[in-house]
Amino acid sequence: MTGARPLNPGRWLGVPMLFVILATILFAAPIRMWGLQLPEPIFAMVPAFAWAVIRPSILAPFALLLLGLFLDTFWGGPTGLWGLSLLVAYASVLAVRNMLTGQSRPMLWVWYAGACALSMTAGFLFTMMDSLAMPSLVAVFWQFLATALLFPFAHRLIDRFEDADVRFR
Amino acid sequence: MPFREGPLGDLKVPLTWTAAVALIVAVVIAVAFLLADRRETLQQQAYGVTRQTVDTVAKPVSGVIAAPGRWTGVGVDAVRNYFFAGSENARLKAELKEMRTYRDKYLALVDENERYKSLLGLKTDPPIPMVAARVVADSRGPFANTRLADAGKEKGVVVGNPVMNERGLVGRIVGVAPGASRVLLLTDIASRTPVMIDRTNSRAILTGDGGPNPKLEYLRGSEPIQAGDRVVTSGDGGVVPRGLPVGAAVKGLDGRWRVVLFADSTSIDYIRILLFKDFAQLADQQALAAKVLPPVITENPEQSILGPARPATPPPAAPATTAPAATTGTAPAAARPTTPAPTATRPAAAGTSAARPPATTRPSTTSPAPAPARTPQ
Repeated sequence: MTGARPLNPGRWLGVPMLFVILATILFAAPIRMWGLQLPEPIFAMVPAFAWAVIRPSILAPFALLLLGLFLDTFWGGPTGLWGLSLLVAYASVLAVRNMLTGQSRPMLWVWYAGACALSMTAGFLFTMMDSLAMPSLVAVFWQFLATALLFPFAHRLIDRFEDADVRFR
Repeated sequence: MPFREGPLGDLKVPLTWTAAVALIVAVVIAVAFLLADRRETLQQQAYGVTRQTVDTVAKPVSGVIAAPGRWTGVGVDAVRNYFFAGSENARLKAELKEMRTYRDKYLALVDENERYKSLLGLKTDPPIPMVAARVVADSRGPFANTRLADAGKEKGVVVGNPVMNERGLVGRIVGVAPGASRVLLLTDIASRTPVMIDRTNSRAILTGDGGPNPKLEYLRGSEPIQAGDRVVTSGDGGVVPRGLPVGAAVKGLDGRWRVVLFADSTSIDYIRILLFKDFAQLADQQALAAKVLPPVITENPEQSILGPARPATPPPAAPATTAPAATTGTAPAAARPTTPAPTATRPAAAGTSAARPPATTRPSTTSPAPAPARTPQ
């Protein structure tokens, strides 16, 4: 019964986490060309969406929490902000997981963009409550746009592990 | 005994439910972290050991990653300088010609300023030492705008120090670790900086919102600002020194006044951390604390430049010719025997008192009656 073998957490959780951390550090480089800076997408949204689509897991929420805490400490933001925002998106995708199964790639992209929007909205509201000020909607939109463009990576991750454990197909 | 051989070995729990429980636990932990966060207090204690450790580790890693970008920038600059040397030279000559005029004015004003200071005995703030640092990482998102600089505790950097680049104010230090420090930019949503409009001296609070142009809030006065006005730090509250250039005022699309930061006109590769301490912090507070308070002396109404105090009761309705004589002749002199001296030595006291009489004699200021009433004193 090879189809029922459990996924190796190191492969489907550990490796994507490592890539997310490396990409975040890479894009934090203070590079400015012709007055323009690098975008700052939320790379952690890729596993937050893909892990929920691949299968329910006990470790995945804690892995997301760790990623969120890393983002907060590395970017100097409020601790727990991104952990909570990512978990909100993860929980939402997990709740509608059955609806996502078998969807086409463009449709999955739309769902991914929706998860990004939900996560950014959560971050917006948590920041409002934490700082008692309203963040710039334009800045939020740009970050949403940069994050939504990362869907190909999420799709690659889903493709790689979706059929690895037939119990959750 | 292994778990599977125990009484709970056959217990089967659906993975979906256990995953949901794990998710709820993770959410609770994240909420606890968010509630416990004290980042906005901008205190050293709020910048915990975890953040310090991450900064210390991130500094060399980010420094290595940022190096190629820095080298590329240097190379592009070198090529551009080579090809545009002629036009650059012409521009610099024109600028130098203009600056010579400013230099003469500056020297004259410095001399004049020094003379005024010596005449007034004015004690100005001492010069502020600075530390140069290089930025190795930055965050540009809507919820956090910070920079990681490669100068930390070993260089005397402390939380609260203002940070500038060659054009203007960048932000201030919110966390210090060995070898690294975290700069909260003016654009961060937690940033609040007291500023003033250079032209009108109107005060405002520069408030970041995660966008490139922070807002000017709590602007006071009528017509306090115009587009293009220079905004500088006000020094209020002792957070940053007064007069640091911040930016130029613009009206945003949302109708609010915002600031285009001077610091944004160049890349923030290198920064200067001002080891600034509020002037009040430099003074010896113990020496300033008074050991013995001076005695409390109430104001003598006869010697006051405002004249004698008015009684709370309204003047009597009696005829003006009698009432003033009674009041001025008894009450003030009896209450303070030392005060009549000035009035007695002044021959024109009657005229003076007629011109500025006490409140009780006010109804009769037009009549000459009070003058003979004062003479017996």
